[in-house]
Amino acid sequence: MPADGGIGAPTKRREDVRFLKGTGRYTDDLNRPGQAYVFFLRSNVAHGRLKSVDTSAAAAMPGVVRVFTGADFEGVGGIPCGWQITDKHGEVMQEPAHPVLAQGKVRHVGDPIAAVVADSLEAARDAAEAIEADIEELPAVVDMKAALQDGSPKVHDDLTSNLCYDWGFVEENKAAVDEAFANAAHVTTLELVNNRLIANPMEPRVAIGDFDQAGGNSTLYTTSQNPHVIRLLMGAFVLGIPEHKLRVVAPDVGGGFGSKIFHYAEEAFCTFAAKALNRPVKWTASRSEAFMSDAHGRDHVTTIELALDGDNNFTALRTETHANMGAYLSTFAPSVPTWLHGTLMAGNYKTPLIYVNVKAVFTNTVPVDAYRGAGRPEASYQLERVVDKAARELGVDPIALRRQNFVTEFPYATPVAVEYDTGDYVATMDKLEEMIDISGFEARLAESKKRGKLRGLGVNCYIEACGIAPSNLVGQLGARAGLYESATVRVNATGGIVVMTGSHSHGQGHETSFPQVVAEMIGIDASMVEIEHGDTANAPMGMGTYGSRSIAVGGSAMVRATEKIIAKAKKIAAHLLEASEADIELKDGQFSVAGTDKSVAWGDVTLAAYVPHNYPLEEVEPGLEETAFYDPNNFTFPSGAYACEVEVDPETGKVTIESFAAADDFGNVINPMIVDGQVHGGIAQGIGQALLEACVYDEDGQLLTGSYMDYAMPRADDLPFYAVDHSCQTPCTHNPLGVKGCGEAGAIGSPPAVVNAVVDALQRAGKTNVTHIDMPLSPSRVWAAMNQ
Amino acid sequence: MYAFDLERPTTLADAQAALKSDEAQPLSGGQTLIPTLKQRLAMPEKLVSLTAIAELQGITKEGDTLTIGGATCHADVAADGSYPALSALAGQIGDPHVRNRGTIGGSLANNDPSACYPSAALASGAAIVTDRREIASDDFFTGMFETALDEGEIVTSVRFPIPERAAYVKFDQPASRFALVGVFVAKTADGVRVAVTGASEGGVFRWAEAEAALSSDFSPAAIEGLTVPSDDMIGDIHGTKDYRAHLVGVITKRAVAAAG
Ligand SMILES: Cc1cc2nc3c(=O)[nH]c(=O)nc-3n(C[C@H](O)[C@H](O)[C@H](O)COP(=O)(O)OP(=O)(O)OC[C@H]3O[C@@H](n4cnc5c(N)ncnc54)[C@H](O)[C@@H]3O)c2cc1C
Repeated sequence: MPADGGIGAPTKRREDVRFLKGTGRYTDDLNRPGQAYVFFLRSNVAHGRLKSVDTSAAAAMPGVVRVFTGADFEGVGGIPCGWQITDKHGEVMQEPAHPVLAQGKVRHVGDPIAAVVADSLEAARDAAEAIEADIEELPAVVDMKAALQDGSPKVHDDLTSNLCYDWGFVEENKAAVDEAFANAAHVTTLELVNNRLIANPMEPRVAIGDFDQAGGNSTLYTTSQNPHVIRLLMGAFVLGIPEHKLRVVAPDVGGGFGSKIFHYAEEAFCTFAAKALNRPVKWTASRSEAFMSDAHGRDHVTTIELALDGDNNFTALRTETHANMGAYLSTFAPSVPTWLHGTLMAGNYKTPLIYVNVKAVFTNTVPVDAYRGAGRPEASYQLERVVDKAARELGVDPIALRRQNFVTEFPYATPVAVEYDTGDYVATMDKLEEMIDISGFEARLAESKKRGKLRGLGVNCYIEACGIAPSNLVGQLGARAGLYESATVRVNATGGIVVMTGSHSHGQGHETSFPQVVAEMIGIDASMVEIEHGDTANAPMGMGTYGSRSIAVGGSAMVRATEKIIAKAKKIAAHLLEASEADIELKDGQFSVAGTDKSVAWGDVTLAAYVPHNYPLEEVEPGLEETAFYDPNNFTFPSGAYACEVEVDPETGKVTIESFAAADDFGNVINPMIVDGQVHGGIAQGIGQALLEACVYDEDGQLLTGSYMDYAMPRADDLPFYAVDHSCQTPCTHNPLGVKGCGEAGAIGSPPAVVNAVVDALQRAGKTNVTHIDMPLSPSRVWAAMNQ
Repeated sequence: MYAFDLERPTTLADAQAALKSDEAQPLSGGQTLIPTLKQRLAMPEKLVSLTAIAELQGITKEGDTLTIGGATCHADVAADGSYPALSALAGQIGDPHVRNRGTIGGSLANNDPSACYPSAALASGAAIVTDRREIASDDFFTGMFETALDEGEIVTSVRFPIPERAAYVKFDQPASRFALVGVFVAKTADGVRVAVTGASEGGVFRWAEAEAALSSDFSPAAIEGLTVPSDDMIGDIHGTKDYRAHLVGVITKRAVAAAG
């Protein structure tokens, strides 16, 4: 293994040095000469008709450059949606217009009405107070089921209703599923809410638009997980700027969790205004703005039914879900409750018949889109909750019931359109049982009881689909983009390497783990490899970071490009060694002729490529730089088994996590320390969802959780020390590294474990009527459930 | 934030003079006021910082009385230890940043219905000393975010009689970690006082029935079954009125147990 760590080494994250020292360079750290600042006047009502917006007083205020309203964006494109769903009747979804600044109506608290550009932020903010927006308040609709009732206020007047789509999957299976239910020996039904969340990355969103009048080029600096996607969407659909005249830069980004995938109005505004004013325009979201303008996550209301035969085999699964879209369709919103959710409903089980119905609904709330896990946590949560409930109803051990129904043979084609290439659910469950000392539970329960506490154990499995995704497949499913990834490997004359990748790193540790792969392949020190990402001017067209796709798709592109480098380098080495190319072997950074002691070093070959004095010019070009695009031919399917032990204070309802264990199968692992960190963070967010976090609107559409005074984020002392294991490894069969991706697993696997544990604790304490509590399991909710 | 002038006097007299002008407001630790200003929810023309005034700083113990300067930060009270229950309360406020900036005078003057200090002042029967007079804690807290302070009146110190036994138990609101319900019990030769914060629409209050029961038997069992009416309780996304009323009983028992 190379000194600084190749594949499998727990190399420390090199990027942390700059982050921890405060020398990271985030978008807000950038300032362009002469820049102006924009402040957005946002709607404080959830639904209203914009009768007039009088900006004359504001425009006359000191320091104001110009005030923009929706009228300035007539003829400019709207914020596009990147995925079109076809519903169960074969109709395409209803897709409302989404103007950069509100036109005609405001549709959620936070909807931008006007934008003031001024010499300073304070001047812009002062002037925004002088804007007179005459809004006729309309009744708001917040509840999804109410939104679908006849006579409900319509979020979009030009749509037929608030229903975006009514999706059935697999529609052809519906009759067979219904029949299986009719013949079932037992049916377990559960209604549940997957609570609405706000991503809350540490860094709020920032956008700086810049325009170079001399060249006619626009640049957007933005907090994005995928700068190329923003360039494409904003350039082609909103502002009509061809990609060669538009550069998008996403420098260090302080966390995204999905919320920085999407193209936002503020980005388009800053780019547009910079050109209109010929002056850079900067926007930095306040935390309050983040709460009301970053896309929210989850927000599903589901009824799930599980049918079992007399031997407790799962025979069918049927779900009906209402999924909140919010007021507009965010970039990938329609795909989350459908293709990222319905296709996962088989879970780890060989249930032969599955039918998933999803009604996506517009409401007067912030748009909802992907948040860590995106659709898969919603699938895993409902499935693992209903299985737990079934075990209780049938009086069987919940682990045994799971084991009995596990998929055990791979590849496995599910009834919901995906094929799991590999997995070993028995192995991860065995590993989990080894980690959690189940036999000692009774003693721990007794000990808790002595202290007046209830104790419960929750176990669950999960499966997810990562490495998103085969382009031809997602194209058929409605994606308006491909989902390949790219890498350019640039070898310099003295042997150092820069890898330019479309995978953006904003907490994932790519700058450390990606070099480990290249270093291993060539046999050089990882410190010779540098990763560049986030600037469309350097990196080839890439699709960015989400869906745990970076190492599986971006890493694969990098492997392919490195393979091309090695192939060319071998040709050069063969020339230098006066040997046949077929006889050249590369090991530890040395090219040698098989069976001889003749060799040349990596550095000799790279120097020859750029100083081609003695060089096979008739066979190969000078230089050493290769690009590869990699399009996966399947998703990857990480899986695992999680367990949580809780204590519940019966007097207050407060839940504390006593222990948490995760046994994951991520296939091959490049850097186990980074994988541990990703799982830890995911579990923290999953526990946050299970116990603490909830985005709440009142019935008028006012955001009740608009700050950290009311939106509860998990903190260190809410969380236990986790036991994390990823020694069960069934390598992915279809990517060159055999990797599956680990970024979302923790957030997918942990919520059901926590809720299962709390329900278990209450059941063991004799509260047999408590079969479910909706997240977050706050003290007041748990207490209410115990005292219902 | 709107623009404002800032004065930083070093004597109480200068602070009083600076506060005479209209639209002037005292600034202490700024842990409540600064966020309010950032949200543009207040528009003072002048802020008069109190933290550089030596006479508002520090903690002195004379006999069974602890006097804390109005601009003394929570961290100093937490570290002091001469009134353990009070120090423990201060040590649970916010986080290290908040504790090293926020002050007792600011907290009492603000009288947030979920703040911790008001319960200590009320249960201890503290005297709130201002630049003009002394106000008994029973008269000081007049409602949610309301106090007996007049315009421009400065809390210069707080005088706590140190009880025989006392404890504060705080049940955190999950998001803010202010008190969803916090109860301070103090037992003195004259009897027991119980002050409840976080729970009521009217702000901090004394729970008379519990005080009576505990004065004759200072044990958790003495208040078993006692309840506060839920009508006046706060009901919000973190807990219904009934839940808060229930917690008042539970947390009071725990405070009594903690006071030993
Ligand atoms: C993140 C966070 C967590 C917190 N958690 C808690 C908690 O758990 N429990 C809790 O009790 N509090 C909590 N607080 C509030 C904190 O204790 C504040 O410090 C306190 O409420 C206000 O004190 P201050 O010195 O900061 O006052 P400031 O913010 O400076 O002033 C508050 C108000 O009091 C007035 N004022 C200030 N000093 C005086 C004076 N001497 N005389 C007259 N008027 C005065 C000001 O004019 C202003 O109206 C928290 C605050 C934050 C930011």
